[in-house]
Amino acid sequence: MQLTVWTYEGPPHVGAMRVATAMEGLHYVLHAPQGDTYADLLFTMIERRAKRPPVTYTTFQARDLGGDTAELFKSAVRDAYERFKPEAMIVGASCTAELIQDDPGGLGRSLGLPVPIIPLELPSYQKKENWGAAETFYQIVRAIAGARAPAAGAERTARPADRRPRCNILGPTALGFRHRDDIAEVTRLLAQLGIDIHVTAPWGARPSDIAALGDADFNVVLYPEIASPAAQWLKKAFGQPATTTVPIGVSATREFIAEVAALAGVDAAPLLDWEQSRLPWYSRSVDSTYLTGKRAFIFGDATHVLAAARIASRELGFAVVGLGSYTREYARELREAARLLGVDALITDDYLEVEARIAELQPELVLGTQMERHIAKRLGIPCAVISAPVHVQDFPARYSPQMGFEGANVIFDTWVHPLMMGLEEHLLTMFRDDHEFHDEAGPSHLDKRKSAAADESRSAPLPIVWAADAERELRKVPFFVRGKARRNTETFAQTQGLTQITVETLYDAKAHFAR
Amino acid sequence: MNVPFDPLRVAAATGCDVAPVLRERGQREVFCGLTGIIWLHRKIQDAFFLVVGSRTCAHLIQSAAGVMIFAEPRFATAIIDERDLAGLADVDDELDRVVSRLLERRPDIKLLFLVGSCPSEVIKLDLSRAAARLSGNYMPRVRVLNYSGSGIETTFTQGEDACLASLVPSLPNEGNASERSLLIVGALPDVVEDQWKRLFCGLGMARVQFLPSRRAAELPPVGPNTLFLLSQPFLADTARALEERGAVRLAAPFPFGVEGTTLWLRAAADAFGISRFEFDRVTQPAAIRARRALDHYRAALLGKRIFFFPDSQLEIPLARFLAREMGMQLVEVGTPYLHRQHLAQELDLLPQGTILSEGQHLENQIDRCRTAAPDLVVCGLGLANPLEAEGLTTKWSIELLFTPTHGYEQAGDLAELFARPINRRTRLVA
Ligand code: SF4
Ligand code: SF4
Repeated sequence: MQLTVWTYEGPPHVGAMRVATAMEGLHYVLHAPQGDTYADLLFTMIERRAKRPPVTYTTFQARDLGGDTAELFKSAVRDAYERFKPEAMIVGASCTAELIQDDPGGLGRSLGLPVPIIPLELPSYQKKENWGAAETFYQIVRAIAGARAPAAGAERTARPADRRPRCNILGPTALGFRHRDDIAEVTRLLAQLGIDIHVTAPWGARPSDIAALGDADFNVVLYPEIASPAAQWLKKAFGQPATTTVPIGVSATREFIAEVAALAGVDAAPLLDWEQSRLPWYSRSVDSTYLTGKRAFIFGDATHVLAAARIASRELGFAVVGLGSYTREYARELREAARLLGVDALITDDYLEVEARIAELQPELVLGTQMERHIAKRLGIPCAVISAPVHVQDFPARYSPQMGFEGANVIFDTWVHPLMMGLEEHLLTMFRDDHEFHDEAGPSHLDKRKSAAADESRSAPLPIVWAADAERELRKVPFFVRGKARRNTETFAQTQGLTQITVETLYDAKAHFAR
Repeated sequence: MNVPFDPLRVAAATGCDVAPVLRERGQREVFCGLTGIIWLHRKIQDAFFLVVGSRTCAHLIQSAAGVMIFAEPRFATAIIDERDLAGLADVDDELDRVVSRLLERRPDIKLLFLVGSCPSEVIKLDLSRAAARLSGNYMPRVRVLNYSGSGIETTFTQGEDACLASLVPSLPNEGNASERSLLIVGALPDVVEDQWKRLFCGLGMARVQFLPSRRAAELPPVGPNTLFLLSQPFLADTARALEERGAVRLAAPFPFGVEGTTLWLRAAADAFGISRFEFDRVTQPAAIRARRALDHYRAALLGKRIFFFPDSQLEIPLARFLAREMGMQLVEVGTPYLHRQHLAQELDLLPQGTILSEGQHLENQIDRCRTAAPDLVVCGLGLANPLEAEGLTTKWSIELLFTPTHGYEQAGDLAELFARPINRRTRLVA
């Protein structure tokens, strides 16, 4: 049993819904009690989809349990087929139905419907949403594209010289963080390279499109958490290679372009020369010097955290003071990235642990999910959202990709905007007694709310006393670094074996920790 | 356009003969009883709700409110995992561990509810035994109770019913030879409670209490001298539990709109022997004020056709209010469950021939709704945007639970909740 206040991921059948809802012509029959229908609102309210997810729930009740829940399931499948006439159906159980063991796959197949019925085994008590999405996508691809797979060991025929190279884009789903716009951005990049998009899936694909996946020359894996198992299978079954670079950030986008150009046999140079992201120049422009060494904490899904760590440290010159992810499946990659940055990776899905780590590290910027946004708000730390779990705000009306060169522009704006602007920061330090520049004045272009929490959270209940003048001096330190100053000074005093902190101690500590 | 409105004239035009109820079975698109935690945890300020369930349950609660309520909430989920299911972990030990971690973190908690879910019920976890054991460990500091909010047993607001019913056995006994007292049952916004306290006080009824109380230590006493009024139509089990303690239910329509509020208050006033003259003297100013507020919205709602999908069991009282006081036409009034006894007074007031449906077959009901093309559809969050995209105008039903809507002072706000979507439609050009 795990005590959970907020959860980063839903159950695995919500992952299956994200795949089904992204697709056309597919219907999902889920053996589940009525309350599980809440999941519809994720798509209709958070993502503001205009259509109901293509999901039928059996909504069995306690009184059905003694009787025939299997029959209920069968009639739900039959009715859903009659009403929606899908090209294929996926069937499975939610956590409760998993316990009553009705075998949705067997029941669905026994009906003899004229479309593929794909059973999903999603162990709700072990796995979570992203895993469920990946498994569902893999099962759909295997069941539908598998029929056209060449005999094992057959050589893949080379692309005819008179046909343009073409690829599939794999991974975007409903309810993904900026998937809608990433597809457009990556499609544009590929078009500029002269590569055609054969199928984008699951987003917008029909089962009949899935059947044709094998006809592409290679696969672009946009979100490894979701598309990796399917891409690996396609590689084995069709000999289709797949990309390994996720094009988030300027350097990653450039590597991605080189990688796909090599896979497609086209020249990457013209596009790389044309490259016109504003991030590199904005980051070099002198006003950005204030970004130097900004202490950033990063948390989210693996793909976005790995990308963010690279952008933060190498493209914006931040100091990454901590990173972590709720995606246990990528713990190894995350630990390696953390190691290169000299920090520990926090691999957890416990919101309270993440909160404690942020409070302890006192970063100047949090790059996280909607959960970290709330933590940061409470601690008075600026924050930008980089990953799911998403909120209605993460589906902006404007074009707002994370991937490609435009994505890098968007990232520059959204990460830098919450921070204190350069000269403003200096003015605040110089004129800290100005009544309008007082402690509680945040960045003047942002909401002026109190941010006392960061200052108040002391690192440990130390038997150390602050002398009155030292305390007064501490209050002159700008509020957004005061928590760190307090903590550093106390740590310093402790290592020096001091029990009282004076103004001298404060400045000794400042010198000690100077970066 | 202010149409002069006389509820009595409308009343004369209606009869008690309600058309037979359409009973349906099929997919239900409703929340489970866990959802009630979202408002109950705000109401009982030192209570904590620990769901014993799955990741789905945790995800439901955090998603159902539409937004996450991020001040450290007084609810959480103990997620059952494969070790618990495989019997590798002793579930009692696991629960003890989780509860002790929780109570350590939250010394302010005085009342802990273990809330059962579908998974906990299917694997037959005995939460009542666990609650008794934990109560033994933590009393007097913390009382531990249990109820079920599972989707196989409860629909949406029935979770509140189950929660309040679980409180009833721990209510103190009223003292011997005590005078009669009035108990108002149902979680209400504090502002509404305070208004009612003032009204009853004006009527000379000082002994008015509320269930649930705002604090665990202030639970109201109950016994044969307790008369109670339900403030919500979904409290069947709570009413039964109170009756078992000897309390007596006062039959009345529910306090929505001027008419409902007046009849509801009057049921209490009559039981306590307060004269009609005195009753009118005390309630008239508020009733007149409320009628003025309603006049404001009548033009927007008069003659408009409304369709209710089943959701909270508030549908029938709200339909009665909208038909009789706002002049709306009822196309179909769906309810997840129809409690004939508690709704008898409501059913009498409904316009003749009103189509009621109980239970749900979602797809068929959507078909009926499309065919009827009503001016306003009341439905859950999963359906609202898709129906809007088809050109229908909708009102999310969950807002009816989250907004103060009871009583005279809120009658205008209640009407406004229905007028707003219609108003909005008329403003938008594109
Ligand atoms: S319906 Fe059952 S399993 Fe689903 S959220 Fe509600 S209690 Fe949990
Ligand atoms: S207030 Fe205006 S000028 Fe000042 S930092 Fe914000 S955006 Fe720049």
